[in-house]
Amino acid sequence: MSSLLGMLPSVLMIVAPILIAALGGMISERSGVVNIALEGLMGIGAFAAATTHVLLESSMRGSVWLALLVATAAGMAFSLIHAYASVSLKADQTVSGTGINLLSMGGTVFLCQIIFRQERTEPYKLGMMPGLGGIYPTAYIALAVLLATWYVLYKRPFGLRLRACGEHPAAAASAGIDVKKMRYIAVLASGAYAGLAGGCLVLTQTIQFTNMTINGAGFIALAAVSFGRYLPKGIAGSSVLFGSAVALAIYMVNIEALRGLPPEFFSIMPYLITLVTLVAFSGKDYAPRASGQPYEKGGS
Amino acid sequence: MAFASKDSAKAKARADLFDAFIGSNGAISVIVVVLGFLCGTLLILAVGKNPGNMYAALLQTLTGLDVTRGTWNARYIGEWLTASMPLILCGLSMGFAARTGLFNVGAEGQYIVGLTAAQFVALFGPQVPGLHWALALVAGCLAGALWGGLVGWLKAKYSVSEVVATIMLNYVAYYLSRFFTQLMPAANTYRTPAYPETALLKNGLFERLTNGSRLNTGLFVVVICVVFYWFVIERTRLGFELRATGLNKEAARCSGIKVTRSITASMAIAGAFAGLAGVIVALGSFSYGRVLGGLDNYGFNGIAVALVGNSTAGGTLLSGLLFGMLASAQPLMQSRQIPKEVTWIISGLVVVFISLRAGFKMIMDWRQKRLAEKGRQRDE
Repeated sequence: MSSLLGMLPSVLMIVAPILIAALGGMISERSGVVNIALEGLMGIGAFAAATTHVLLESSMRGSVWLALLVATAAGMAFSLIHAYASVSLKADQTVSGTGINLLSMGGTVFLCQIIFRQERTEPYKLGMMPGLGGIYPTAYIALAVLLATWYVLYKRPFGLRLRACGEHPAAAASAGIDVKKMRYIAVLASGAYAGLAGGCLVLTQTIQFTNMTINGAGFIALAAVSFGRYLPKGIAGSSVLFGSAVALAIYMVNIEALRGLPPEFFSIMPYLITLVTLVAFSGKDYAPRASGQPYEKGGS
Repeated sequence: MAFASKDSAKAKARADLFDAFIGSNGAISVIVVVLGFLCGTLLILAVGKNPGNMYAALLQTLTGLDVTRGTWNARYIGEWLTASMPLILCGLSMGFAARTGLFNVGAEGQYIVGLTAAQFVALFGPQVPGLHWALALVAGCLAGALWGGLVGWLKAKYSVSEVVATIMLNYVAYYLSRFFTQLMPAANTYRTPAYPETALLKNGLFERLTNGSRLNTGLFVVVICVVFYWFVIERTRLGFELRATGLNKEAARCSGIKVTRSITASMAIAGAFAGLAGVIVALGSFSYGRVLGGLDNYGFNGIAVALVGNSTAGGTLLSGLLFGMLASAQPLMQSRQIPKEVTWIISGLVVVFISLRAGFKMIMDWRQKRLAEKGRQRDE
């Protein structure tokens, strides 16, 4: 039991980026735009954060915070492509998401080669420092992001309008809401969240950015959005569950009772659970009704 | 007066030609590829490298000709074709599902189960020349078909989004593959022992022709698959039903097509293509079973291949060769001081540009509006 409790900081370290990225994915979906580019956008964020931090580490105190800021901005800037394609040009949202994932895979390592002359960033001496009880500040960031997102989406008129765009954009438009603008804001927010998530991940879990840094975390976040039924509290729960599964796969060697199991058993859980629940609850569709559909102005 | 109208007729004909060009799918593919290369070239320039080196590497991949040293080696051509094979098959996988209106993001997972099944048969199958690798091909094909068909069935029966389901199954396949491959006798955490000779897809003739490249019997499989794809889609009742389902599900249902069966069959066949890609890589490019340390990304690149190929058999073949060239040129670029990731950037840009194709339609609409306005002005 004590070893399980001892794992708590590690679990929170892994949960935080998944939760942040999943919340971003949720905002985008609730406005009516599917964002399967979370994985790629997290990669952009992770690269941006690692690069900023390693370059400024020796000359500036608190460069991790600047790194997180740069990661957020980079993720947001990149998601502009997705917003333009899927909102302005009404493109297939899965195609432009796939494009961003491919672009991020190449672009990040390409820039590493230019800046560091190798296929990864230089390792930094110190990442983010854990605080009280070994818990990284990213856990608090994730909590703050969760509360802020919930507040804006459910307690502010803005959130109501954004959600209306994902349920029935034509009705929203007739009530005077600028559907395109709302969707732009939502996609850019999801990019910013994913970028921040990537930054949090790279600064706590490793010492440099490589093409294996994200390794499916964005797709786990996507699963968490679906399994969390597109609701903040659901996503908080699913992120904790999936993050714990990932943590168990890594740290199970420390737990006597689990030593017989292969680590793949836990790694596979987020994906398998999501798939099974999708089938089990297939009668009820929790996805926002207009998610994935471009909004045609004037279309009835 | 007569002169002026003749002139405007000519202008109209030219405009029509332009619209037909912009409007055709093949032309859009050419445009996006050219744009992708253009951006790649500018990027290389922007970071202070010589884009000529990139094109020299691409030329060497295509023809085996090294322009800087003036030497020729057919091995590069063989490696190019070898790299193209799984991409073409994964492109067919994505394209086949697309013709039924499905977005198969799962070629990656179907590729992995095919690869894993092939590795299993290679290690445990009967060591009979000819039969051994053929069995592996069948096993990989079936495994991919099952993995894809499952998604189709879930989609048709339980309306589970195929995008989410395939993404989940990609990683399920990845971790299952790692788990089962590590269980093989004498396997460690990254590889199994070497396969018996009879399992390999080696082809002595191809090897001699291409100066010892890894080009293998899989090439025949790819050619058969391309022909099969064309035949099923264009010439069979099944293909018609699949296309009808893709164009309008409800209309297809009303005209007596069993939509559930169509969707399941479509995803199963799509999965079979990707599964075969897995076999070809497992037994053609490697001589031992791999415990995958990451995704090979053939499946994801297959999406780009199918998009550029417009999901037709011939188009997918050509675009598979194009992306195969990019992949195969990577080490040559690196040795010429060009960061090899520029090829991924070009692939990604091409997909992004395709998603912007609606923009081409906007240009067309705008042109037509302007032409109409011009006509009205003249009439007045």
